[in-house]
Amino acid sequence: MRAGIRRAINTVMACLTAFAALLVILPLILILAFLVYQGASAVNLDFFTQLPKPVGEPGGGMANAIVGTLILIGLASCLGLPLGILGGVYLAESRDRRLPWVIRFLADVLNGVPSIVIGIFAYTVVVLPLRRFSALAGGFALAVIMLPIVLRTTEELVRLVPASLREAALALGIPEWKVILRVVLPTARAGIITGVMVSIARIAGETAPLLFTAFGNRFWHQGLLQPIAALPLQIFAYAIAPYDDWHRQAWAGALVLILMIFSSSLIARIVTKGRYSGVR
Amino acid sequence: MVQEGGTAEGLSLPRLAHPTRTTGRWGDHLYRLLIRAAALALLVLVLGLVIVMIRAALPSIRTFGWRFPFTSTWDPVAQRFGALPLIYGTIVSSVLALLIAVPLGIGAAVYLSEVAPPWIRPPISFLVEMLAAVPSVVYGLWGIFVLAPWLRTQVQPALGSTLGFLPLFQGPPYGVGMLAAGLILAIMVVPFIIAVSREVLLAVPNEQREAALALGATRWETTRLAVLRYARSGLIGAILLGLGRALGETMAVTMVIGNRPEISASLFAPGYTMAGMIANEFTEATSDLYLSALVEVGLLLFVVTVIVNTLARLLVWSMGGAVKEVRE
Repeated sequence: MRAGIRRAINTVMACLTAFAALLVILPLILILAFLVYQGASAVNLDFFTQLPKPVGEPGGGMANAIVGTLILIGLASCLGLPLGILGGVYLAESRDRRLPWVIRFLADVLNGVPSIVIGIFAYTVVVLPLRRFSALAGGFALAVIMLPIVLRTTEELVRLVPASLREAALALGIPEWKVILRVVLPTARAGIITGVMVSIARIAGETAPLLFTAFGNRFWHQGLLQPIAALPLQIFAYAIAPYDDWHRQAWAGALVLILMIFSSSLIARIVTKGRYSGVR
Repeated sequence: MVQEGGTAEGLSLPRLAHPTRTTGRWGDHLYRLLIRAAALALLVLVLGLVIVMIRAALPSIRTFGWRFPFTSTWDPVAQRFGALPLIYGTIVSSVLALLIAVPLGIGAAVYLSEVAPPWIRPPISFLVEMLAAVPSVVYGLWGIFVLAPWLRTQVQPALGSTLGFLPLFQGPPYGVGMLAAGLILAIMVVPFIIAVSREVLLAVPNEQREAALALGATRWETTRLAVLRYARSGLIGAILLGLGRALGETMAVTMVIGNRPEISASLFAPGYTMAGMIANEFTEATSDLYLSALVEVGLLLFVVTVIVNTLARLLVWSMGGAVKEVRE
């Protein structure tokens, strides 16, 4: 009898945990369903080729915001990727005791800093001296967010490269920098690309740090020292505006943004699967 | 460099046959310098962030002193600022989110690591990862147009008529407000809690489970006594990481919380968070003191999240010695 009760509790708890897992997945399905349902009708060729129309005129698109987001990601990558990859190599290869520990700790700290705070930082460091909102400031803010992610994944993957490979190359008399460049990094390439794609997926949707750096713009981009449009900013502006037509565009923008983000995560997955499924 | 060459001669090592060896050595110097500089750039960045924020917040710190986090006037016209309602809104929405997200998150993590048949684990983990990849502004959009209307028309009237005697569930149903913010935050932090808890649970040695099972415990008893208890500190770490996320979350919350700097006992009432206030008013700050007060709010947010995250990481490490060794 007692065993029966215990077994019943066991079953009930197993069901409850399964229910919890189901309940967690439910919002994702709901969100995706609404995105497709509301957004698909507003996604058309105009959406990808036209500038936003003024209030009251129907139609128009978010082409400038899509281009803007790509430019911002490019700018952030120019700064964030080299620093992150080189720094990651340092963390993995350095034989110092203290400095790598400090850097690793700070990278984790920076990773946990709310993105809005990074926005304030970029505002004070880039926007105030230049006296204007600019694409550059937005790219800088995104680079700061990207840096710790790239740094830590690179470190982890460079560590996974077998020491024997490195030793074999060094034993041939090849200088260390060449060993890193020609042997270690190519071996870890798939994993590093994954880290890069993950970090891009993360910054592509960031809104808060762009509010007072990139600022947004209703026109095509006008150089790196001018405010620039970004997809998340445009979605935000349209979502809180009181016009139905803009709401539909916001849904469409969100659908496109999600597709961009999911496809970059998907690339990351495919790249990893080929090479590292065995290692991890 | 010359000296090193000399030593090699002195030890009568074979002469360097290859002329690129010297460029290699130059290359190595340059390479070491470069990677060190890249690593130091992060140090400079974080230190810079702290210094810049403190400097920008100084006027506000000087003017309001210790009263800043404990007063509740936010009046740009009169130049008087106090962050109490913002701190209240941030904490209440985050705690509400955790109340929902912790049981669900840990339940789902237990399901994924202890209960589920192996074939079902990868697809569910994949969906959870996708949930984590959805950007904040998309959650906000969904919150405004789906969640808030649903709360207004269905949930809040129902809660009001059944539990309306509690001050928590009184007042007109706006839809947007503290409850909506808590719910949307819960959805957003749950993937992080699951990811970290799962890792922590996987780090529990199998001997723990086998010992309990050998004594005749059922699967649930094993989980409760041998796994969850063993993993306790790591799980608290996972929860704190979720809290860190919730405290700093900006867009989704500001889109559904109603943005009114008031303190109200009811969860139906609108509120305001620290991050939301910065997002909405930073570009509108007309005076230096106003801007400085907003930066001080950011600084408080920064300090709190750093403390919460550091604590979380220490807990996860202390428990997951295994996790640490595998990953580092």
